[in-house]
Amino acid sequence: MKKKSFLEKAAAVPHFVWMILFIVAPLLFVIYFAFTDSNGAFTFDNILNLSSYGDIFLMSVLFAFIATVVCLLIGYPLAFFMSRLKPSAQKVFVLLLMLPMWISLLIRTYSLLAMLDNGGLLNSLLNAIGLPTVKIVGTRGAVILGMVYDFLPYMVLPIYTTLSKLDVRYFEAAEDLGCSSVMTVFKVALPLSKSGIISGITMVFVPSISTFYISQKLGGGRFDLIGDTIERQFLMNNNKNVGAAISLVMMILILISVAVMNRFGDDDGGELIV
Amino acid sequence: MKVLSKIYMALIFALLYAPIIVLVLFSFNRAGSFTNYSGFSFYWYRELFRDSTAIDALKNSLILAVSSAAAATLIGTLAAYGISRMKNKYVKAAVKSVTNIPMMNPDIVTGVSMMLLFAAASSIPFLVVEMGFWTMLIAHITFNLPYVILSVLPKFSQMDKHLTEAALDLGCTPSQTFLKVELPFIMPGVISGFMLGFTLSLDDFVISHFVSSSDFKTLPLYVYNQTAHEVKFSMYALCALMVFAILILMIVVNFVGGGKTDGKVKKKKKKTA
Amino acid sequence: MMKKIVSLALAAIVVLCVLVSCTPSTGGTVTLYVYNWGEYISDGSEDSLDSNAEFEKYCNGNERIQQLTGGKKVKVSYSTYASNEDLYAKLESKAVSYDVVVPSDYMVSRLAKEGLIQKIDVSKIANYENIDEKFKNLYYDENNEYSVPYTYGTVGIIYNTKKVEPKDVIDKSWSLMWNENYSGNILQFNNPRDAFGTAHFYQGTSSNSTNPDDWKNAQELLKKQKAIVQGYVMDEIFNKMKSGSAAVGVYYAGDFFTMYEDNEDLDFYYPKEGTNVFVDALCVPSNSKNPELALEYINFMLSEDIAIANAEAICYASPNKLVYENEDYKEAMAELHENAIDILYGYDDTKMEYFHDLPDDTRDLMNTLWEELKIENEKGYAIYIICAVILAAAIVIVVITVVKKKKKARSY
Repeated sequence: MKKKSFLEKAAAVPHFVWMILFIVAPLLFVIYFAFTDSNGAFTFDNILNLSSYGDIFLMSVLFAFIATVVCLLIGYPLAFFMSRLKPSAQKVFVLLLMLPMWISLLIRTYSLLAMLDNGGLLNSLLNAIGLPTVKIVGTRGAVILGMVYDFLPYMVLPIYTTLSKLDVRYFEAAEDLGCSSVMTVFKVALPLSKSGIISGITMVFVPSISTFYISQKLGGGRFDLIGDTIERQFLMNNNKNVGAAISLVMMILILISVAVMNRFGDDDGGELIV
Repeated sequence: MKVLSKIYMALIFALLYAPIIVLVLFSFNRAGSFTNYSGFSFYWYRELFRDSTAIDALKNSLILAVSSAAAATLIGTLAAYGISRMKNKYVKAAVKSVTNIPMMNPDIVTGVSMMLLFAAASSIPFLVVEMGFWTMLIAHITFNLPYVILSVLPKFSQMDKHLTEAALDLGCTPSQTFLKVELPFIMPGVISGFMLGFTLSLDDFVISHFVSSSDFKTLPLYVYNQTAHEVKFSMYALCALMVFAILILMIVVNFVGGGKTDGKVKKKKKKTA
Repeated sequence: MMKKIVSLALAAIVVLCVLVSCTPSTGGTVTLYVYNWGEYISDGSEDSLDSNAEFEKYCNGNERIQQLTGGKKVKVSYSTYASNEDLYAKLESKAVSYDVVVPSDYMVSRLAKEGLIQKIDVSKIANYENIDEKFKNLYYDENNEYSVPYTYGTVGIIYNTKKVEPKDVIDKSWSLMWNENYSGNILQFNNPRDAFGTAHFYQGTSSNSTNPDDWKNAQELLKKQKAIVQGYVMDEIFNKMKSGSAAVGVYYAGDFFTMYEDNEDLDFYYPKEGTNVFVDALCVPSNSKNPELALEYINFMLSEDIAIANAEAICYASPNKLVYENEDYKEAMAELHENAIDILYGYDDTKMEYFHDLPDDTRDLMNTLWEELKIENEKGYAIYIICAVILAAAIVIVVITVVKKKKKARSY
């Protein structure tokens, strides 16, 4: 066995230093603040008092869950149809799907708000043809709608990627063996695109559960999610300790669920994107 | 079935694009309102170029995106090289999972943790830490790193070991081998890592929100500040310009490179990582 | 293919970098960091004066200031916040340094108490004499050591005459904000001090009360209101009221005129139960790097032309004699709204109350109650049932997969 050269040994060192300084250390600070009070004394109070935030956690999980399910239900057929198109058409649609991702999420959310607000475009159109105003902004539905609208491409792209790599002959074989087209989807496409679905779910669920901009704008500040609470603790109430405790709990919840999901998808050896 | 699927796709894309199209159309509305239309005009485009804060913010965004992506690419490529040479399986796995933390973590937690770090660092005497360009650069490099490593690392494992061995046998030093044999091979990964970092950094709002100051404001922060009051329609004009730029880029790319879809799929897969 | 995209994009980036680096470097300038409320200065839009640009021009042509800066150019970096609490959090973190900030009265006294703003020598501010005596030696800064009044204003109710029935506004009461007929159409402040203020005035207690019960009762009122508000907003209210997205809102009198400019269906009144009056004052944070230049800025803001331009742009009442005695200014305001001067300057002093800096325990209580209000959700049992169903489904799926796997393993 030959010795490692200097380059081989030293190459990753800057990254290690960086990792320790800017990934590990900040997380240690989160833990430190979560377990101390404002004077720096050790305490469990921050964590124990989180029970009053139970509803917020529940709401956020529920909102994110619903948004993820809706994204999956809308996005899977879309990805499937896209993967069945001619290659040149596929390319166009992939680009069309990526374009919204290049526009700032803030702007997309805000233009959605401008459309749906009580005095917005949609309602002025409705009023013009004599229909009553539909109140959308400031409801739970608006928050979920915002999540779905903003994160749908993140669901479709990974699913499409795995589907487009599948051999068309699988489907032909299934149909030859007497599967209906619906059956083909359930028996062939769905199991084979599991890894795409899982990374899609992760990519929608994580930003949805931690968002604060969408709930602020579309929910009118009435439905606080975890993200809003964290942001308020840090930037307005100036209560780093409680903020850190909430962040810590959220982080642990998310890392666990991502790990479980990955384990879930790993059993068929599917390649993971996240 | 065929027809149904076409209708379905058209419907979803129409919904996805409705706000964007509205935004582009109304950026030409002189009245600066979504509800009343007072005629076609480039007024808001002129306003945009007169708004020095917006232009500064755009400039800042570009500076930050380029420098953070470049730094992350440099550190990340070296790291990928080092990681690919690691013998100990467990160390390797540990390094990889720590590297991936900023990618798995919600942005808000990364932002908050960075903010706590900088706040703590600023209380150390002799160490002047002020939120601004440098704190943002550090934060952006940190969240770009895993994406760079993720695009470069597979290239190292795809590489034929015999190539490097041959180079070494023929008298290359390890660093020469790296530069002459390995680097050209992993180049596509390096470039896509850079591009990915550039895009992510350009688009990032949440992390910047926690580690920035008014000193150095990027475009997303500027937009956020505006949406807290009223969005000037010059912002929509900027968006419309971006949409046009991306569309043109896409059309050009589509016309220039016909045929193969192979590369496209790969690139997109990276993007979604 | 891939290569082409990449090379195109890289080329684009290189061009951009070149463009960026070609722009003149920022060396040889002194930057003054001003942190102000949103929409709180004349910014040059619609052919008005751009106060900050004027200041830069003034500095660069003024010998005394040029000596101060060592001949360097002065540049103003202007940014904004949405509430006193945001400003406090930023200053308290000490990670950013500003040269001029504009806190409201109660925040001035708190910042001064905690040493976050520095003493300023008003004798160095020539234009300080323009300030009305009424606004000197006020409770929050009794000896005029820390602050120079910038604007003052009042809080009142703004409503849309097309959406609100005349009978509901006839008694001019806070009750409009709690009127269920306008459910989903009411906008409340998105900061604890102002929001609790409205509830205090409505229930007839002082907004500076230190009695915990008063605060708890106020919270009850706000909780009741939460079910019918459309949202908790700060400056987002401009768009919402202008476009008719909401029918009733509570905000600062000056801002009403800005909204009225775009939507003449709006109207305004001071609730009969009393309301809040406030002074926003220019201050210099302790960690300012250019305190002397900051004083020059403050002085410049008090000069006649600039003060009038600002007052006309933001429509708040001005404590500056040169402004409210100016005929052109009066005319311009009257053109905006026939009662403008009366609303801004002619209110009934006896019904107005300043917010005072609360003692620590009361402030903590207020923040806790606000936190409770924000995280409270009228959700009912449905949410728990949905969650239980989801959880059960998840468990079933996991069990089925595990069983399947075991079966598979056995069959090999």
